[in-house]
Amino acid sequence: MPGKLKAKIVAGRHLPVMDRASDLTDAFVEVKFGNTTFKTDVFPKSLNPQWNSEWFKFEVDDEDLQDEPLQITVLDHDTYSANDAIGKVYIDIDPLLSCEAATVISGWFPIYDTIHGIRGEINVLVKVDLFNDLNRFRQSSCGVKFFCTTSIPRCYRVALVHGFVEELVVNEDPEYQWIDRIRTPRASNEARQRLISLMSGELQRKIGLKVLEMGGNAVVGYLQCFDLEGESGLVVRAIGTACTLDKLTSLHTIPTLTDGCVCSPGRPVFSEDPPHPLSGPPTPLRTLPSSSPPPFSPSKPCSRQSSSSDTDLSLTPRIGKTSPPSSPSPPLSAPFLIPSQKLTEFPIFTLTCFPPGFLVHVGGVVSTRSVKLLDRIHNPDEPETRDAWWEEIRQEIKSHAKALGCHAVVGYSESTSICEEVCILSASGTAAMLNPRFMREGCLDTGGSDHRFEDASPPSCGFVHIPYDEFNMPFPAQLTYCYHCRRQKVPDVLFTTIDLPAEAEVTGKGCLIQARLCRTKKKAQGEVNATSISNLLPFMEYELHTQLMNKLKLRSMNALFGLRIQISVGENMLLGLASATGVYLSALPAPGGIQIAGKTPSDLSYDQHISTMQKRIDDTIAKNKELYNIHPPECIEEVVGSPIPDRQRSSRLFRSTSESSDELSELDLSHGKKDAFVLEIDDTDAVEDIQSLLTDAPIPAGFYSCNTEVMPGIYNWTSGLQMFTSVRVYRLSNANLTNQGLNKIFTDLCENLLKSLYFKLRSMIPCCLCHLNFTVAVPEEELIQVRGHTYLSTPLQSWSGENEEQLQFSMELCGESTISNNQPTAKPSVSSSERCSPLPEGRSRSLRSTRSLPCGAPVTVVKMTPLSFLPGTRIVKYLGIINMFFIRETTSLREEGGVSGFLHSFIAEVFAMVRAHVAALGGNALVSYSMKECVFMENPNKNQAQCLINVSGDAVIFIRESDQEAIPPLLSSRQTSSTGADGTT
Amino acid sequence: MVWGMFPCHTLGPLIPVEQRLNAIPCRFYAPKNSGCSEGKGVPDPVRTNAKMSVELDVFVGNTTIMDEEVYQFWLDGYTVNDAVKVRMEGGVLEECEASAEVLRSDTMDQYRTFQMCERLLHSPAKLANQLLFQIPPHRQAMLIERYYTFDGLFVREVLGKKLSKGTKKDLDDVSAKTGVTLKSCRRQFDNFKRVFKVVEELKGPLVENIRQHFLLSDKLARDYAAIVFFANNRFETGKKKLHYLTFQDFAFCAGQLISNWTVGALDNMVEDMDVDLEKEFLQDLKELKILITDKDLLDQHKSLVCTALRGKTKAFNEMEANFKNLSRGLVNIAAKLTNTKDVRDFFIDLVEKFIEPCRSDKWTAGDMRLYLTHYTNSAHILDTFKHQVVWDRYMGVIKSCILKMYHD
Repeated sequence: MPGKLKAKIVAGRHLPVMDRASDLTDAFVEVKFGNTTFKTDVFPKSLNPQWNSEWFKFEVDDEDLQDEPLQITVLDHDTYSANDAIGKVYIDIDPLLSCEAATVISGWFPIYDTIHGIRGEINVLVKVDLFNDLNRFRQSSCGVKFFCTTSIPRCYRVALVHGFVEELVVNEDPEYQWIDRIRTPRASNEARQRLISLMSGELQRKIGLKVLEMGGNAVVGYLQCFDLEGESGLVVRAIGTACTLDKLTSLHTIPTLTDGCVCSPGRPVFSEDPPHPLSGPPTPLRTLPSSSPPPFSPSKPCSRQSSSSDTDLSLTPRIGKTSPPSSPSPPLSAPFLIPSQKLTEFPIFTLTCFPPGFLVHVGGVVSTRSVKLLDRIHNPDEPETRDAWWEEIRQEIKSHAKALGCHAVVGYSESTSICEEVCILSASGTAAMLNPRFMREGCLDTGGSDHRFEDASPPSCGFVHIPYDEFNMPFPAQLTYCYHCRRQKVPDVLFTTIDLPAEAEVTGKGCLIQARLCRTKKKAQGEVNATSISNLLPFMEYELHTQLMNKLKLRSMNALFGLRIQISVGENMLLGLASATGVYLSALPAPGGIQIAGKTPSDLSYDQHISTMQKRIDDTIAKNKELYNIHPPECIEEVVGSPIPDRQRSSRLFRSTSESSDELSELDLSHGKKDAFVLEIDDTDAVEDIQSLLTDAPIPAGFYSCNTEVMPGIYNWTSGLQMFTSVRVYRLSNANLTNQGLNKIFTDLCENLLKSLYFKLRSMIPCCLCHLNFTVAVPEEELIQVRGHTYLSTPLQSWSGENEEQLQFSMELCGESTISNNQPTAKPSVSSSERCSPLPEGRSRSLRSTRSLPCGAPVTVVKMTPLSFLPGTRIVKYLGIINMFFIRETTSLREEGGVSGFLHSFIAEVFAMVRAHVAALGGNALVSYSMKECVFMENPNKNQAQCLINVSGDAVIFIRESDQEAIPPLLSSRQTSSTGADGTT
Repeated sequence: MVWGMFPCHTLGPLIPVEQRLNAIPCRFYAPKNSGCSEGKGVPDPVRTNAKMSVELDVFVGNTTIMDEEVYQFWLDGYTVNDAVKVRMEGGVLEECEASAEVLRSDTMDQYRTFQMCERLLHSPAKLANQLLFQIPPHRQAMLIERYYTFDGLFVREVLGKKLSKGTKKDLDDVSAKTGVTLKSCRRQFDNFKRVFKVVEELKGPLVENIRQHFLLSDKLARDYAAIVFFANNRFETGKKKLHYLTFQDFAFCAGQLISNWTVGALDNMVEDMDVDLEKEFLQDLKELKILITDKDLLDQHKSLVCTALRGKTKAFNEMEANFKNLSRGLVNIAAKLTNTKDVRDFFIDLVEKFIEPCRSDKWTAGDMRLYLTHYTNSAHILDTFKHQVVWDRYMGVIKSCILKMYHD
């Protein structure tokens, strides 16, 4: 009995009228956890009942605490007939299980009904008393922190990155069970919501167990997805990066915290006395209580590793299967020779943003797709088929990375697209070389052995240097010496899925680049269908790539960050959408222009046509250079043709690893020979390319857009204003469209959505649309759904926008926060955001009690952003992950304003519920927000529609930077105390 | 070929597919040839070109986004198409190179948001603590204030009428007459009715109640108080002779009546609030009749006033000649106010019995002020006249009302 859950129902407000006769409601509440149910008294004849119930206590296993949500049902008492349900609230109590997150959940929650939407609000208090269970064989993993954020959370320091964790849970979808034929839609929706809530709880618990086993205490970049496989079942899967995080507490600095951790080289912010990157003493690792050697052996027989990277790549073996380590990582004689082999066990990272020094080299994008046919999940306890599929994919990703001479994949993500029984599994990431000191204890004895990083390059250009062997390049590319350090080779173009590293040097500004593609496909069934899709995929990827390349050149940029390629399958078409942020990296060579060549010679008018087109392209390039302010210093081109002998030590070192990569030859590289910069106009494809190149509407003045977290080239953003979600569904009325026609339409759709955004936000300029991401789907035949969400920031100079009101307790908060001033060199914003004391509990509790007064205090403003931070503010506390799944259904579609009205109010409701949960945890913002799923189905003939939405993010408390400066007396007094504390340590 | 972007893709082991019965949940199974959305309430899909149409288009922000201009169109009862047309003419498009389609989509989004907010605007206090829309407080205030703002022309038509279903049915005539769209008329009418209903049951000062309950500005709350007061007492305002008066004239008079002649005027927290005129006071007004029935008193009053006025105004002769008539008119109005019917005719009587005669004699506003001041003050000197308090309470209001109403 390791946990006691306590819940108290305080009051309700704005309840709906349930009794037509009196225009009032006799409401009572059922509180359910697991199989235990409590009830409050009936509060008769009121729309604002005050129950003020006793504490309902549930004594439960911590395993259940992790899996189950607290379920609160509000009902209307009826003497003669059955009680009518008003609605429900599901509360995930996971944030209460970690001592560093929230301590109490308290606040107003919208009462939600899957048919009627939000119907009033209820005030609830929830607490957990946890008796920690240190049983080795426990099934729970309380205390492991989860973050959706794909960078190291702002008030933590990473001590160790353990690597990839994944898990997958399957079940039958209640919507497709036989019982669904006899139960009400409401019952079916609720069963589904509850099941998914349970499954994600279970998933999180299982992942937590794996993390504990690896010796970590947190999962960063946690990405959970649902696959609604229809009648094949329901799959919930998650990936993440296991880490050991230390909370940054400047007041209570323990010696081991600062000295004993693995401190990254260029990261002095974190410790008073940063160990020198290379000469630092071997540092004992301080992690979780589990001091036993990690169960995964880092040292496999080397011979085997090097020979076959794809036979033995068991990713994080399942529990129970783990064999004890053969030997506790024997010190290797020459650790620098085979760092990649030491890491092959867990070479995949979901992070997109890294501490400086973490990335050594970046190879390029690796991606894999696989087409599968779904069948019914026969035994939910054995999700092996799906597991095997993903394992296969990950292995392939790894082998691609290896082909690029890299030992790790960063910025990794997985996705699926399902249409009937066909499923495309996709994974992509960026092949990279990482600094091993973050990974392993064994690698930490740096004492000069780290030759590979010794000559390594100034941080501002090191990551663009090629990791692969230039004698044995995986693909043809033009190499030049780095324009920054002039010592090592760099490619001419770089594509990545990660965010722009903070230390990278950029010329000019970045911009959003999208490639869009639509391909028709014959309708088919089963294997035939799968095969035809599978045949189309490589061509689609190739074409998306060409488009990206051309658009990049047109903007005279040379690198893409945050690349996301999405391929969606529909019954009779495939959609491809690639978005990325283009930048000009100063270290890479300037891109050449685009040349148009005609095949048929010497027709005068034809030549003219070509030359006008060429002129248009040249003009556009010139204009774009101006627009994005790209004026690189003139450099003498020194192209180094690939196989030129070179004396670089690093390249020789790499050879040893890449010799074994015989997959290289397996890669189909034939299409890579085509030169991307000469467009041959004869070919219809090329005409299409040029069309799409030149029809991209220019972005209106005053707007900037990117799909990464920060806009490259502009750095002084103020606190963001807004987060938007936009959903559009288009119906194609003519099914017999050609590829080109479809392409045109699809491009128009995306352009229109962008134009709409610009139009709506015209009053905010100059502003930047950050993290602008589109999701496409083909929900039905002839329907295309495009979903975009973005976050708006305005630059500091012209801060004109909305006067958002301050949070009611922000001033009090900053009174408690401590900023010590004695950091060496760091950007002020960073330093202050990393160093703060946690919110004192007493304070927060008293604040909450004022908030929970029924009907009294105003609603807390909760910000939402897809970024991992809020510009102009600093996050002082992470309160836990928010992961919610909602279903809404209507049988009166027309009355609710048609499909748009229905979805509009549903999305607004989802936002409201998310905000309420964040506020109840004591937070004032949700960062790393994402809407992962938005499945919409309608049947206008029956006046019905249904929609499923899944959202997630991290609940946080932030304070404004300006608030800290506003209270100098407090600050200075704190400073003295903090220096005192430092003195004692 | 750059950066290993194109991997081999694997076609996984294919698994035989079972016979499937319902791939889509049966509730949502739409027959393939059923034709696409023909929902009547659904706004027409926007035809972007011959080959595709927008089926669904929503845009939602965490903080609810509203364009004040579009809000005004919505309040004014414009249809989406009309609003788009007006916006287009307004030149928004040139500003940012948007197409009509973009404008339309934006307008629809905004209209939807307003429709969803409307429920909350009906009880503005809810807007502050509801959770569905996150709206900054200054925006909330703007939304409420504009929602409750009404057209002067429209309110003039329904002022003093019973706020009943019957009146609501006639709104299309009002709409035709005033040029305010029917939709907007209905909204305004419903606002009046809603405010009326809420304050009807409340105790305490009328204006304060309205302001607290509907979170309106002081000015708007006062106007609503006037509307409620007029509707409750059913003052006649529609007669031709009264047409020259604006709503603001009436609102001013209502304010005077509320703060001087109602129960609440003397005691703030009495049971009955300030919607009704004080019965006792009306009863007392009868006593004033002595001023015209007693011949001596009337003559005495006249001579006092004339002495005071002589030489100060050009209209002296007319004033002297008309004194008895005018005085009879005002005192008779006072004496009759116990009668509900005569209360309704209060403004008509004021105009007929006093304002029109004066106007035909070409009194200036200054003359009027002078006359009324002396007329009121002289009564105090009359030694046999005992009802000074009632007289002051009566004449104070009458004087300011007449001064307000005395214009062309």
